[in-house]
Amino acid sequence: MSTTAPVRSSRRSRPLPPPAPAPGRRPWSLSKTAVNGALVLATVYTLFPLLWLLTAAAKNTGDLLGGRTLTPARWNLGDNLAGLAETGDGVYFRWYLNSLLYAGFGALLCALVCVAAGYAFHVYDFPGKEKLFGLVLLGVLVPTTALALPMYLLASELDVVNTYWAVLVPSLVNPFGVYLARVFCAGYVPGEVLEAARMDGASELRTFWSIGLRMVMPGFVTVFLFQFTAIWNNFFLPLVMLSDTKLFPVSLGLYSWNTQTRSFPEYYPLVVTGSLLAVVPLVVAFLALQRFWKAGLTAGSVK
Amino acid sequence: MAAPLTEGPAPRRRRGPLGAPLLLLAPFFLLFTACTLVPIGYAIHLSLYREQRSGLGFGGVEKAFTGLGNYRRALADEAFRDGFLTLAQYCVLYIPLMIGLSLVLALLLDSTLARARRFFQLALFLPHAVPGIIAALIWMYLYTPGVSPVIGALDSAGYRIDLLGQPVPAVVNIALWEWTGYNLIIFFAALQAIPREVLEAAVVDGAGPLRTALSIKVPLIRASLTMVGLFTVIGSLQLFTEPMILHDAAPGVVTTWTPNMYAYTAAFERNDYGLAAAASVLLALTAAVLSFAVTRLGGRSAKAKEART
Repeated sequence: MSTTAPVRSSRRSRPLPPPAPAPGRRPWSLSKTAVNGALVLATVYTLFPLLWLLTAAAKNTGDLLGGRTLTPARWNLGDNLAGLAETGDGVYFRWYLNSLLYAGFGALLCALVCVAAGYAFHVYDFPGKEKLFGLVLLGVLVPTTALALPMYLLASELDVVNTYWAVLVPSLVNPFGVYLARVFCAGYVPGEVLEAARMDGASELRTFWSIGLRMVMPGFVTVFLFQFTAIWNNFFLPLVMLSDTKLFPVSLGLYSWNTQTRSFPEYYPLVVTGSLLAVVPLVVAFLALQRFWKAGLTAGSVK
Repeated sequence: MAAPLTEGPAPRRRRGPLGAPLLLLAPFFLLFTACTLVPIGYAIHLSLYREQRSGLGFGGVEKAFTGLGNYRRALADEAFRDGFLTLAQYCVLYIPLMIGLSLVLALLLDSTLARARRFFQLALFLPHAVPGIIAALIWMYLYTPGVSPVIGALDSAGYRIDLLGQPVPAVVNIALWEWTGYNLIIFFAALQAIPREVLEAAVVDGAGPLRTALSIKVPLIRASLTMVGLFTVIGSLQLFTEPMILHDAAPGVVTTWTPNMYAYTAAFERNDYGLAAAASVLLALTAAVLSFAVTRLGGRSAKAKEART
């Protein structure tokens, strides 16, 4: 397996000549309609549930449970948000804050740890290096949910079950992030620059901190974004580790509310409105950071 | 492997050739050891003992070596075998559908006929920004008669579908919604990286768009196909979140519906950690065998391709 620089898609800057329509073949415009039509259909499939969530969050309980139409009979979003703030003394926003904490700190530290390791794999030669990197790649294949139970038991031996640490520390490990960081370092950190820094007498760690890390910033942001998403979306680990509702992330909190909707239908609009709010930060992040997630998925695919 | 971090209290101005890489690698490998290697070892250890804790763990703890006893118990349990059967049905339906759909959409998006590429990429990728648990919640509502505008519209058009009574397709649809766009972007990125000259040569040789797609583009992005296949297999085997949500609404989704749910129930409802660990280890072994198979499959088709050209 070679570590190649992320591929920049420059091919499309020069348009391909349109294929000459052979006699007897379907007219060009028809297949153009078919291609774009299929893409529009797929887009309707991906966006419709999100559109439903958006309108459902504006419905009251009766409207939501009896509503076949997309538009609410009465605009109720304000009341739903107020309900979200009041229920359980505003525990929802506590969950939200917890999620921001877990995902924000977790992704920041994880990206730093991964980039440091990826940088070391790229810059240095040491005995057993490729074997060690092979171990990292094997780590990518481990089904993480199989680790949750033994981690829970280990955490209870250490008496850290039901604390922030029980969720935060396992979130810092991402072997695929190390792989991505190495690929990015190969693309963004030229050896000559590091050589120059060494000649100037900078120590190795200083070179990493003030030159290497800065040059590989796009890789850092990419790993951060993917890890932020992974932690924000994680459900199994907090479910296993946490029993104190004050420590729940949003995902687990919404799950616990959803299990109560059977007996208390007034939780339905809370779950829906809470879901909408929980989706917003990630959608905004992906809209704002398109360059980075595309680069991440490209770097992963040239493996 | 990361031990020298704490060694040597005297600060050295110049580190040896190994100092810097060790310091940079230490945080990752310390965490990797603590949160991956040790739990794997501990899971194997647990699976070899029978440990019954009564109540919340305050009662007496009995622990006895049983060898492969827990594995035998898991495999003899019909609920566990049914879980694997459900998982097999899910995988057989989901994996080809998802990979096929994302590949076809990526080829369409890569074709010269596609418009508004940036918009389509973003719109198709967006479900990945939705947490699995919320995706499952949204679809659960969209499956529920009376709540769902889709079921309502189909109903008034004379079609009655009961997806909550068909949990496997219901879960497959949720997974398709979550992952098709994500993998489509991976395929699209790989397609965009194909050298332009190769495609021009195909056009000159008289290959139509369909022919170019099937015999040039798809073989050239085989590495991406293998990688997506690998991650999809590993992810699919861990199926847990979506059925946990559907469990409340769909009567067919029992608490042991997938092997992961079985392990969770064994551990936290029956306090039978040995059985839960054995179930997890069996699932991880299945993942290892299937990963190996996918890698070999990808490698073999690569060799076959080289032999042909």
